[in-house]
Amino acid sequence: MSLHCITLKDGADLDGFRRAVRWLMAEELAPQHIVWSLDGTPGLFGDDGMSSAPPISLPRSVARLIELGVCHRDPERYALLYQLVWRVLNGERDLLEIASDPLVHRIDTMARAVRRDLHKMYAFVRFRRMRGEDLERFAAWYEPEHFILETSAPFFIDRFRSLDWTILTPIGSMRWDRHELTFGPPTRREDAPSEDSFEEGWRGYYESVFNPARVNPTAMRAEMPKKYWRNLPETASIPGLIQTASQRVDAMIEQEATMPAKRMPERAIEAMWDQEPKTLEELNAIIAKAGPLVPGATQAVFGEGPKRADIVFVGEQPGDQEDIQGRPFVGPAGKLLDRAMKEVGIDRSKAYLTNAVKHFKFEQRGHRRIHSKPTAGEVKHYRPWLMKELELVRPRLVVALGGTALLALTGKSTPISRSRGRAQFGPYLGYITVHPSYLLRLPDEATKREAYEAFVDDLRHIHDLAQADPETGELPLAAE
Amino acid sequence: MDEKLSRKLRILADAAKYDASCSSSGAPKRKADIDGLGSTTGAGICHAYTPDGRCVSLLKILLTNYCLFDCAYCVNRRSSNVKRARFSVDEVVTLTIEFYKRNYIEGLFLSSGIVRSPDYTMEQMLLVAKKLRREHGFRGYIHLKTIPEASPWLIEEAGLWADRLSINLELPTEQSLERLAPEKDGASIEGAMAQMFERIEEAREERRHFSPAGQTTQMIVGVDDTTDVDVLRSSAKLYGHYDMKRVYYSAFSPIPDSSAILPLKPPPLMRESRLYQADWLLRYYGFNVEEIAASSEKGMLDLDVDPKLAWALKNRHVFPVDVNRAEREMLLRVPGLGARAVDKIVVARKHTTLRLDDVARLTSGLKRAKPFLIAADYHPHGKLDRQELRQRLIEKPQQLSLFA
Repeated sequence: MSLHCITLKDGADLDGFRRAVRWLMAEELAPQHIVWSLDGTPGLFGDDGMSSAPPISLPRSVARLIELGVCHRDPERYALLYQLVWRVLNGERDLLEIASDPLVHRIDTMARAVRRDLHKMYAFVRFRRMRGEDLERFAAWYEPEHFILETSAPFFIDRFRSLDWTILTPIGSMRWDRHELTFGPPTRREDAPSEDSFEEGWRGYYESVFNPARVNPTAMRAEMPKKYWRNLPETASIPGLIQTASQRVDAMIEQEATMPAKRMPERAIEAMWDQEPKTLEELNAIIAKAGPLVPGATQAVFGEGPKRADIVFVGEQPGDQEDIQGRPFVGPAGKLLDRAMKEVGIDRSKAYLTNAVKHFKFEQRGHRRIHSKPTAGEVKHYRPWLMKELELVRPRLVVALGGTALLALTGKSTPISRSRGRAQFGPYLGYITVHPSYLLRLPDEATKREAYEAFVDDLRHIHDLAQADPETGELPLAAE
Repeated sequence: MDEKLSRKLRILADAAKYDASCSSSGAPKRKADIDGLGSTTGAGICHAYTPDGRCVSLLKILLTNYCLFDCAYCVNRRSSNVKRARFSVDEVVTLTIEFYKRNYIEGLFLSSGIVRSPDYTMEQMLLVAKKLRREHGFRGYIHLKTIPEASPWLIEEAGLWADRLSINLELPTEQSLERLAPEKDGASIEGAMAQMFERIEEAREERRHFSPAGQTTQMIVGVDDTTDVDVLRSSAKLYGHYDMKRVYYSAFSPIPDSSAILPLKPPPLMRESRLYQADWLLRYYGFNVEEIAASSEKGMLDLDVDPKLAWALKNRHVFPVDVNRAEREMLLRVPGLGARAVDKIVVARKHTTLRLDDVARLTSGLKRAKPFLIAADYHPHGKLDRQELRQRLIEKPQQLSLFA
């Protein structure tokens, strides 16, 4: 059988190789009958017939290996890759799994070299700002080892999408103008800017992070071989850093420990520990400054009530009305709570009302903003503030209204039905009941009435508990 | 670049370099918006290497090296007479953006001396991160050092802007902390680590952003008489309790204007290297600390051979291991076979029988592996029992590349 010559373009001719492979497989031409020529003038040997060959299907891992392999400089790359395709399609579909196979090993090694070359390009391209341009434009000169210019493009676009940049190399150039990528012919080093105003600062940084007590140029060269140095401005500092290193270390070791030149800043040190907010106003200012965790809320809704209230009611999070008015429990659930409190004789103006989460979270449906429940992570985000709030109010009793409040107060999520009633929240006497909005959501009147009565009952207990003797915990005679 | 800014940068980079952590990995893949800048690839990129063999990936600086704390091992302790400087929030933002545009860095690693109060300092660091993300659409990597003495809500906020958070334990025992870092407190460090761990887990489940690349920490080695095994026990706990992504080990190295209570001589750098190798064995090779402890001498790792080889030499009875038959767990114990080589062996042997030449193509450590394995055409026979085996496998004295 005679030899067939396939001619491909210079560089990484992935399309040409794909076309050739399709045709060769259709013709059932074995690798030993193919000569691959890379003289850069394709189409001499009946290229026309090639484009009509049917596509072939290769495992994804093989296809990926081909994409990398064609970028390699080795002139044998196409021959090796075709051998791989031939074997994979002739009964060795899992060939790549045998990493110890000589052919697979060789192609793997090539692919690794290309991957490393790409990685080094991502690392070692140094952009310089072009002079005389009104808008910021950057350009870099870089010398890749393999044919990786096109393959590298997506990385630079993803990273520098909003910049206008050009990368110039001996195998071609590419420019991204913030909208479109264009490739150009090979270029020379002189085509790139020769300096940049931040380079000196960068070199200063590079010199400063070097630790002279740990000189190890071998390790440096393993990762940053000398061939890259001429395009890396910082490497000009290397000889000096190595030369002076031992001298610098000796000086550090010989130097005796000195006495501190400054006096002990005792007052500053003492003041340092006095950082906690001292009042609710200070705490609220911190919360306001932090902004909502989930975007959308109009404002933070703080707790409301006297500074030394006996009872703190903790709800879930502000609703639509609360978000607009900036006050807790002013919507429908708040109204219901008011009514129940009045029934048992709790004076709302003497209680402190707050929420576990300080910002309204919602889903917009048309004109309506539908409340959406805060996640456990969101509740815990706000938890340190709630704890501080309680510390500042120092109530006799803390009431958890609903599951979210309970989660915020205990750090654990437990169903209300199982824990309803008296509780202990850290140092605080506690009480667990439902959130009034739960009563509003019940479907029929009878259950609603029943649940409301139970809620009022809870409030009655709460009222009594808050009046219990803080020392003995004993309730007034009328209760229980 | 402004000369004054250049000068500050030198001081505040020098002051930050004793933090060994440099990695820019672990962030979810992100791309720049149409008006934004920056991306993360998942793996992280080292943009340069200094002559100490360490990589430069992030702009690693302190906001200021003025500090009210007085940790003996630290170059920035209040009693040190080093030059001091302080960046403004905008200066750090400008440096990050301009360095990033030139492809010098993957992002920012910001830490700081404690000025005024831990809360104030943490707030300033948060301002930098917020400004980068909000005003510049910066989507590159941000690593923030957390100050454990700061209020818990600031830690909550830090995770919203950072890809990675870290608190350096620095000293593995409470006694050392007390003696060398009087302002620090082990309980508050662990409390902050626990808070971050919880929040990172929850956010991952809820698919929200909170320090997606997890948390890391660092311990200084050789500043007191803590043994390697104690250090590793500490690490095992940190990995287990707080899901640390990395524990960095930093061999104490001489600093300018050193404190009188520190040792004069630094520990051998090899010690740090061996700790990293042992750390790898804990995380990827199925070893536990007590196994490593059993093959150490008085709690110290063998400096002449790597800890896996040290273990194998003391446990010769479990070898040789047949590459064509042994369980993955056993293959991982063979010196010279890395986790990747082992995975390739396990996949390849489903299709073929491996000879020694085949194994040679899968690992670069065949010389060390040979006495401990069996292949289709190879058996070590008596090699394993020879007295001088250890001597023959000792690495020639050379400068090892460091993991950090």
